[in-house]
Amino acid sequence: MPRILVFSTEKISDPAIDLAGLLKQHYPPTVYTISVPCSSGIKPAWIIRAFEKGFDGVFIAADGTDCPFSPTCTEKTADIVAKTQVIMEEKGMDRARLRMAAICSVCSEAFVKHVSGFAKYLEGSD
Amino acid sequence: MKNRIGVYICECGSNISDYVDVEKVREAVKDLEGVALAKITMFACADSTQQEMIRDIREEKLDGLVVASCSPKLHLFTFRNVAERAGINKYNYVQANIREQGSWAHSDKPAEATEKAIRSVKAAIARTRLSEAMTSPVISSENAVLIIGAGIAGMRSALDLANTGTSVYLIDRDHFVGGRTSQWGEIFPTGESGLEVTTDLYRQVMKNENIVLRTGCGVVSKAGSVGNFDIRLKITPRGIKKEAAAADGFAERLEKAVDACPVFVSDDFDFGLTSRKALQPSGGRMPELPAVDRENCTLCGECAKICPGIEINSEEAYEDIKVGSVIVATGFDPYEPSKGEFGYGEIKNVVTLQQFRRLIETGGNRAGSGNGRRETLVYGGNEIRTIAWIFCVGSRQTGVLKGDNKYCSRYCCSSALHTALLARKNFAGIKNIHFTRGVRTYGKMETIYEESSAAGDIFLQSFDDTAPTLSFEGGVTTVKVFDVLTGDREMEVGADLVVLVTGMVPRSNEGLGEIMKIPTGRDGFFNEVHPKLKPVETMMDGIFLAGTAQGPKNITETLNGSHSAAIKAHSLISGGEIELEPTMAKIDRNLCEWCGRCLEACPFDAIDKEEYEGKKIAAVDTSACKGCGMCLPVCQENAIQLTGFSDGEIISMIDALAE
Repeated sequence: MPRILVFSTEKISDPAIDLAGLLKQHYPPTVYTISVPCSSGIKPAWIIRAFEKGFDGVFIAADGTDCPFSPTCTEKTADIVAKTQVIMEEKGMDRARLRMAAICSVCSEAFVKHVSGFAKYLEGSD
Repeated sequence: MKNRIGVYICECGSNISDYVDVEKVREAVKDLEGVALAKITMFACADSTQQEMIRDIREEKLDGLVVASCSPKLHLFTFRNVAERAGINKYNYVQANIREQGSWAHSDKPAEATEKAIRSVKAAIARTRLSEAMTSPVISSENAVLIIGAGIAGMRSALDLANTGTSVYLIDRDHFVGGRTSQWGEIFPTGESGLEVTTDLYRQVMKNENIVLRTGCGVVSKAGSVGNFDIRLKITPRGIKKEAAAADGFAERLEKAVDACPVFVSDDFDFGLTSRKALQPSGGRMPELPAVDRENCTLCGECAKICPGIEINSEEAYEDIKVGSVIVATGFDPYEPSKGEFGYGEIKNVVTLQQFRRLIETGGNRAGSGNGRRETLVYGGNEIRTIAWIFCVGSRQTGVLKGDNKYCSRYCCSSALHTALLARKNFAGIKNIHFTRGVRTYGKMETIYEESSAAGDIFLQSFDDTAPTLSFEGGVTTVKVFDVLTGDREMEVGADLVVLVTGMVPRSNEGLGEIMKIPTGRDGFFNEVHPKLKPVETMMDGIFLAGTAQGPKNITETLNGSHSAAIKAHSLISGGEIELEPTMAKIDRNLCEWCGRCLEACPFDAIDKEEYEGKKIAAVDTSACKGCGMCLPVCQENAIQLTGFSDGEIISMIDALAE
């Protein structure tokens, strides 16, 4: 089963991921989470490290428009993804192994759908 | 680097250990570098376990702490306090979430859940090894609270808060306060009417100078965070000038204006049993001023011609407020049966419990029988004597009862029996036949059941596999059931009226949950963080729940929750300061070459320039930095670290998870 590292955010997407568990909405158990304050603060080097260490995919559960810090969060997070994908391509990696989506604090179903779909893609069965 | 870390793996009763092999987790981490001890606990949060941790930290000279248990949302502060009490810095504590993101999320795959838990605990240990001791910054907070909903819950919370000196904005989208409680007549156990109780609360609210009440008012947007929420309110005008209403002869003019209003609408206050005009008098509700129903008013102006002071064209207004905390007290809606569900909407003498409550309150439905005898209850022009009560409509929808509402609405068994007794007391010749699924009159309300049985009410019962059926033939409504109390014999009752004992569903709230970003549970009600440990807190810091917005409750339980929410909000903000996380950007002065990108990225103007050894470098204004980290990825030199989220900590976690 593909291993996915999720960068989630403490205030916004973490509650949604917790809620998925609370509601027993199952997703692949090879999905691991590291929490950060804001998705706009994720360093491309961290993402590349995850790939180099064997993660098949990285999913950024972004704050989106709910970001408590800045209304430009979505653009900033998208910029991080774009820059990282350039590095990935330079290293010969499939840029689609990095995904982002806004996951709000109540978006448990959306989270499960995203990571489950991502896992299928990474398995090559999508 | 921390080299004597204590690791505690929680079974959470069996919430974790039913799916995660906790002994296997302990075995996998106990000999890791830096781990001094690894233990399994039944409840890590129990006071005795906390004491044990404190003893271990002191006796074993531990320098870091990891607890693998539930979400940090629940117990991060509990275990940080443990660390502090034992004498180590609270930021040398890391929590691994192996319940919400482990045993519960992967209860379908226990072996994999165990593997995930092992990696998660290893990652927490890796992070703890590199964790730094930190001091929390403190922000100012507004000593003001917004309470959404001026029903019994909202008014109670408002008074509690205002009496401690906190400023309260109490709002309700309706033009009249009191919510559902104001719709009820006599209530158990005091015998007061619901309207009396809410009127008393309203009068206390109006006397309290710390409370600003806004009716016809809703939340449009929310920005900011705990301690400093910026809220925009939209206020729909009442359409009546207050000073005009105080003038002589206003009541007479108003009556004529209501008569002149050509718009009839179904009256929600009576659950559709009666109709009202678009110009609605208070009808005993508070505030006593009438209100123009702008959704239905055709702006014909007939009322304003008769009654000066009516302003049908006044504009909506907006108000921006700043509050430190929010209490959501938006209440419930009664379950509305679908057409044909137990004859509802198809057989004319089928009503809901809430409609029946209004039926026995509205004088127009009584026919005096004279000669000193009690009145006769009349519905739809027919005298009502035999009433069939069908319980659990819209609740406990299992077995043959189809629907998504699996929960028990708690209040309806007691309310139905109490209402049935009221009908007996107030009207002549009433016979009550109850079709139950087991009566749940818990606590003191069991006395209602006792009284009802003693009075001669008849109880029939079915379970999940059967349900009462209704038919209407030859002008007679018949209810049939296979009664388990008489060995599944089919019982049949001809009823003058059928009352569907409908429970509670979440109140429609025009996207409030989305605006406030508070989650709902599977039942659709707003969700607390934990039913026992954080029963009025939501996942959003500073936002609390009161009353039935959270789930079915009776009035007593509602008021208990309202007190709790008020106390929680008060204790959070009343000090004027809230301790925040010490997460902050830190510049590596040697690496920084000042390019200005961090300044552009920072949403808080927390980056400045300074001279360092002959070069310009970035400097962080620690009073302005909010710890978002937006400056990190834009730095070409990787000269910025976020405390608590340094490269070392994050990479050590990635490596541990990937191992």
